[in-house]
Amino acid sequence: MPPKSLCALVAGLLVAAGIGAFSDRIDPYYLDVLTGIGINVILAVSLNLVNGYTGQFSLGHAGFMSVGAYLSAAVTLFLGPRLLGAGGGTALEQGMLFLGALLCGGLCAAFAGLLVGVPSLRLKGDYLAIVTLGFGEIIRVIFQNVNALGGALGLNGIPPYTTIAWVLAFVAITIFTVLCLVHSTYGRGFLATHDDEIAAEAVGLNTTRYKIVAFVVGAFFAGIAGGLYGHFKQSIAPSGFDFTKSIEIVVMVILGGMGNTLGVILAAILLTLLPEVLRPIADYRMIIYSLLLIVLMIARPQGLFNFKRKKA
Amino acid sequence: MLSEFLQQLLNGLSLGAIYALIAIGYTMVYGILRFINFAHSDVFMAGAFIGLNAAKFVHVGTVFGGLEVLATAMIGCAALGITIERLAYRPLRNAPTLNVLITAIGVSLLLEYSGQKFFGAAPRRFPALFPVREFNFAGVTISSNQLTVIAVTVILMLALQFIVFRTKMGTAMRAVSLNPKAAQLVGINNDIIISFTFGLGSALAAAGGILYALNYPSIDPLMGVMPGLKAFVAAVLGGIGSIPGAALGGLILGIVETFVAGSPWSTGKDAIAFGILIVILIFRPTGLLGKARVEKV
Repeated sequence: MPPKSLCALVAGLLVAAGIGAFSDRIDPYYLDVLTGIGINVILAVSLNLVNGYTGQFSLGHAGFMSVGAYLSAAVTLFLGPRLLGAGGGTALEQGMLFLGALLCGGLCAAFAGLLVGVPSLRLKGDYLAIVTLGFGEIIRVIFQNVNALGGALGLNGIPPYTTIAWVLAFVAITIFTVLCLVHSTYGRGFLATHDDEIAAEAVGLNTTRYKIVAFVVGAFFAGIAGGLYGHFKQSIAPSGFDFTKSIEIVVMVILGGMGNTLGVILAAILLTLLPEVLRPIADYRMIIYSLLLIVLMIARPQGLFNFKRKKA
Repeated sequence: MLSEFLQQLLNGLSLGAIYALIAIGYTMVYGILRFINFAHSDVFMAGAFIGLNAAKFVHVGTVFGGLEVLATAMIGCAALGITIERLAYRPLRNAPTLNVLITAIGVSLLLEYSGQKFFGAAPRRFPALFPVREFNFAGVTISSNQLTVIAVTVILMLALQFIVFRTKMGTAMRAVSLNPKAAQLVGINNDIIISFTFGLGSALAAAGGILYALNYPSIDPLMGVMPGLKAFVAAVLGGIGSIPGAALGGLILGIVETFVAGSPWSTGKDAIAFGILIVILIFRPTGLLGKARVEKV
């Protein structure tokens, strides 16, 4: 692991802690927007590992996000009171609980990713897109029918543990992990799978294995983002994690340029800010998204913020 | 018991016929361009909405009026399909499949959300286009709508069979599907053939939309999503690229779904299609009637 990127991670965590320490002095509205941006960055960067670097088109990211959101909310809601006692525990205990809940959500999402990935990643392109879409919808329908998790109404009253420091710290960790993974020797396998699957197989790479690893890692961070989202909004419902949410994340990845982490981060920031700035035309958001997809694919298939590679 | 079985079989057949009509559009486009036209399910929705608006200008409830509405919707959707192909897909003719796929998703979302914007998201009531009557036959209730669905589907299938195998256009379509470059070499204008295929597929989807709306007379801009996905599953089940396969897959899926809906596991009705899709893709990715393609380097 190159020390330079480790320094960057430490710097990122310090910045997170620093902003967290001064968050009292920042306007709450900006904090909310910044939190939303952070969560979307985690989602987009993790999906980029699957859709961008590995070239496997997944349309089910919101499904994994919902697994993380539900499981971590369940931990803090149902397990939290027992662990922390009646007093609610100290800030440190709450933090440990939250971290545990997030990791639990992430691991469950990763496991869901494994369950979905093993059968479906043998498929290519269009088929994979449809199957992941199907799985994403199935996950949503399952949550809708589990009464212990609130059914169609979802879970309410989730403790507001998500602070800006948590979000920024996980943003830093996500970016660090994805970049280190992709630039490692192992990570070359992802790029090879993306560039030419047949050639990669011909030189002896197990492409299915690479796809599954990318899928599971992506799902893990989607689960973390889901957990952060749940403890930020304080209520989650199955309808919040539908196909539209998956598309939103996909648009971020495509707009940023698939396989270009910096571009994807910029796109996530832009697309989170856009509805805030353009409140009057919020009704047209999805129409604009869809037009954007079509126009981008025709005019600039390498993404808006991708200036390096011409290749799509 | 037997009459109940026959009743379910009939219901399944009429649902399957609609799936078959939509599935043929998916399969024809895939046969020629090798990509899944996600927007197809929204052309299906557009067909129902064109029908709804066209019904205001004719005498609904008569056979002739119903056929007029059906023809209007088919022509309207053929034009829509050709326009979509011209504007969104043609510029990407030589682009990687993934780009075309993303564009197709974009077109699909564009149609859905513009539909919500212009028609409103609330469901609308679809008028009874054809005279409605019910027949009782050995304990089986047959509604005239079901007969209409089956009759229209059979006629359209025969017409399609005639176009594909007995006309010059159909021969050219099969040639382009077999080998686009070689087709060009023998003087076929691929663009015209592709436009024609899109028109044909979209017209069938429009017919499917009208027939679906006759049986489930509440339509909204997102009505195409589920039937569209199921029809796609039907196309994969029958072997994508194969027209008889799409028809067969549609019928099988319609019948299976109707029987599941009538069983104690009725909540799994919508999941069964995805279940079938996953099983088919794992064990027989070429589908029932599809041919395996070896990827050549």
